[in-house]
Amino acid sequence: MRDRVWILLGLGAFLLLVTSPLWWNVRARAGLKGPDLVLPADQKDCVMPAREMNSSHMQLLLQWRDEVVRREIHSFKAYDGKIHDMRLSGTCLSCHEKAKFCDRCHDYVGVKTPYCWDCHIDPAQTRPALARRSSQ
Amino acid sequence: MKISRKQFLKLTGASLLAVSAGKVWSALAYAGQAVTHPVQVIRGKQWAMLIDTRKCAEHPECTRCIEACDKAHNIPSFKNPAHEVKWIWTEPFENVFPSESTRFMPAGLKEEPVMVLCNHCDNPPCVRVCPTGATWKREEDGIVMMDWHRCIGCRYCMAGCPYGSRSFNWEDPRGSLGELNPGFPTRTKGVVEKCTFCPERLAKGQLPACVEACSAGAVLFGDLNDAASEIRTQLESRRTIRRRPELGTGPNVYYVI
Amino acid sequence: MFMLEKAVVGGQRYWSWIGTLIGVIAVGFFFYLRQFNYGLGITGLSRNVTWGLYIGQFTFLVGVAASAVMVVLPYYLHNHKEFGRMTILGECLAVSAVTTCILFILVDLGQPMRALNIIIYARPNSMMFWDMVSLGGYWVLNAVITLVSLHAVQEGVAPPAWIKPVILLSIPWAISIHTVTAFLYSGLPGRPFWLTAILAPRFLASAFASGPALLILLCMLIRRLGGYDVGRKAINDVAIIVTYAMTVNVFFLLMELFTSFYSQIPTLMEHFENMYVGVGGNYSLVPWGQSSVVMMAGALVLLLIPQTRRNERTLVVACILTFISLWADKGICLVVGGFIPSPLGAMTGYVPTLPELCIGAGVWAIGALMVTVFYKVALSTAVAAHADFTHDPATVKEAA
Repeated sequence: MRDRVWILLGLGAFLLLVTSPLWWNVRARAGLKGPDLVLPADQKDCVMPAREMNSSHMQLLLQWRDEVVRREIHSFKAYDGKIHDMRLSGTCLSCHEKAKFCDRCHDYVGVKTPYCWDCHIDPAQTRPALARRSSQ
Repeated sequence: MKISRKQFLKLTGASLLAVSAGKVWSALAYAGQAVTHPVQVIRGKQWAMLIDTRKCAEHPECTRCIEACDKAHNIPSFKNPAHEVKWIWTEPFENVFPSESTRFMPAGLKEEPVMVLCNHCDNPPCVRVCPTGATWKREEDGIVMMDWHRCIGCRYCMAGCPYGSRSFNWEDPRGSLGELNPGFPTRTKGVVEKCTFCPERLAKGQLPACVEACSAGAVLFGDLNDAASEIRTQLESRRTIRRRPELGTGPNVYYVI
Repeated sequence: MFMLEKAVVGGQRYWSWIGTLIGVIAVGFFFYLRQFNYGLGITGLSRNVTWGLYIGQFTFLVGVAASAVMVVLPYYLHNHKEFGRMTILGECLAVSAVTTCILFILVDLGQPMRALNIIIYARPNSMMFWDMVSLGGYWVLNAVITLVSLHAVQEGVAPPAWIKPVILLSIPWAISIHTVTAFLYSGLPGRPFWLTAILAPRFLASAFASGPALLILLCMLIRRLGGYDVGRKAINDVAIIVTYAMTVNVFFLLMELFTSFYSQIPTLMEHFENMYVGVGGNYSLVPWGQSSVVMMAGALVLLLIPQTRRNERTLVVACILTFISLWADKGICLVVGGFIPSPLGAMTGYVPTLPELCIGAGVWAIGALMVTVFYKVALSTAVAAHADFTHDPATVKEAA
């Protein structure tokens, strides 16, 4: 039983490690305050109700992707009857600002977006003002 | 319930077999369609192009079609020429039409630049060899399309294309782009790309970028399955040729030489 | 069940070898991370030469994997008892070779994270799909056979009866893996160098020469190092198989050369010209092409003369020449040569870069590590059980 000390120490270290997400965040004072999302100023309705978008926007995007790329269907009828073009940069990002909406929630939750942005362009990145600023 | 390791492994193997059996069944159903009818039945349109090299040759310095395509599709221009990506470009006449090139030809014809691009073949070998279906021939309009979400970058299609129409992203194209067109995505490293006859423009009733950009009227675009289309009329009234027709690929880019 | 405990017991020589291999693998892995980050542009490949070292090595190693059949077939179908001590070594080599094949394909992919798309979106019209099926199946077959055989010897019993049909299945399966690999190339209308019906037979002939040649070398090595002797008759018989296969391979090559050069069709001739003499200022393949032919001739001479084939020293030279010449021919000239000239007539050269070579070496080292570990386990098992792998109940003895 001379190993008792080491066993207890090891157990203690393990417990510390395994509960680290909890006490680390307490220590960092990460509060209950959620992400600071900037909603679109002029549009009130998305292509799906906000609750559904919150939980299933990835499934919707994948469905859009397959419909446009593989089934040559371009139009989507939203729940309110409005017709939208099924485009990530063209439709979604025409209302939402990626940096102030999408990224903020994703960063808060810690969910890395899949490889979408390797190819799809954030229109905000191509605006001349931004381009000028980034080239300084 | 006590289960031995052997029994567990047997169970796992049997379950995996059962799951994959379903996949194999549906895959084979697809295969039956693709393998026994290698010549695709086009149900709708068949987009095709007619390039008049004589009209094009009147403007030897013109690259408007190439620039329009590059701009519309965010085509990168890499520093390393081995990594170049091109959807539409020019090649010397003797490389494009080796069977039409003879020992004695009109001056300058041998090196004359001829526009080349993906031929959107009727019987495309690239589609036949793609292991994931990342490239396929659309039934609606005959375009040989690319799905950059699915491409695994094996480059089998590049080996299969008899025309050298395809390019691969050997590095991240984002660093080698000019002005971005936000209306069309870029691609990422590790996928193959080629001309797709601008389906994003066709969906809006516009002509492909290169066709619209040509100021010499050298590029005609239309539906071969529409007997009244201008391209059909032209093809039926003039002598035209295609690249390497003897291979049975059925290319849909015609040339007046 | 995996008996790996036998692989961690060894002398200094053993551990230095393992250490070297792990070092090579680590370097390869480091460069692979760089390739994963930067893209395949870190290699010497280009728009015109889109397959090079990786796919060439894959093609060659599929042949090595298939070659186990040259030992398995005579033993199981024709009761050639002399191969009894060799079959397990062939099977271990096959598993290791197939693993490296799969790894070479993975390192060649532009989007390796999507590799499973081949299964999810299976396209049976693609020969690559069937290649995956046949390679995967062959891996499973050989893994099962190897494990069951080792286990049986360790327990001191005959292997279970159901392994026999599995082994018999591996025989046509071995032929199929290399045929399907040849089909990757020989069905492409735009590549006249590969568009020949003799490509698959040529692949098989060179596989059945290079693989058993490697097996002979490995058997001699472990006789020297591990005291496990497969027997002179076995080595001689395999040498005869290598001789026949090499003869057929050279014959097929000459057939190709005849058709191309007697017909005088430029599209057929130019690929061979590029490989052996260089065309259009492009000489990148010539050293490989010429040395391959010279070594093939040398190997053939040594193999055909009975005295040099039976003399173990000259046999070693012959086997080395066989292996290297066919490696240069299939692993480099064949794959790269098909791309030069390009469909539009461009003579783009190809020289692998340092990262590419290191990654290739790393994958080879993984194969070598697998072979080493397998052989260590197999031989230790055999020695400990005072048995061999003849699968013959009469020779199975009680474990000590």
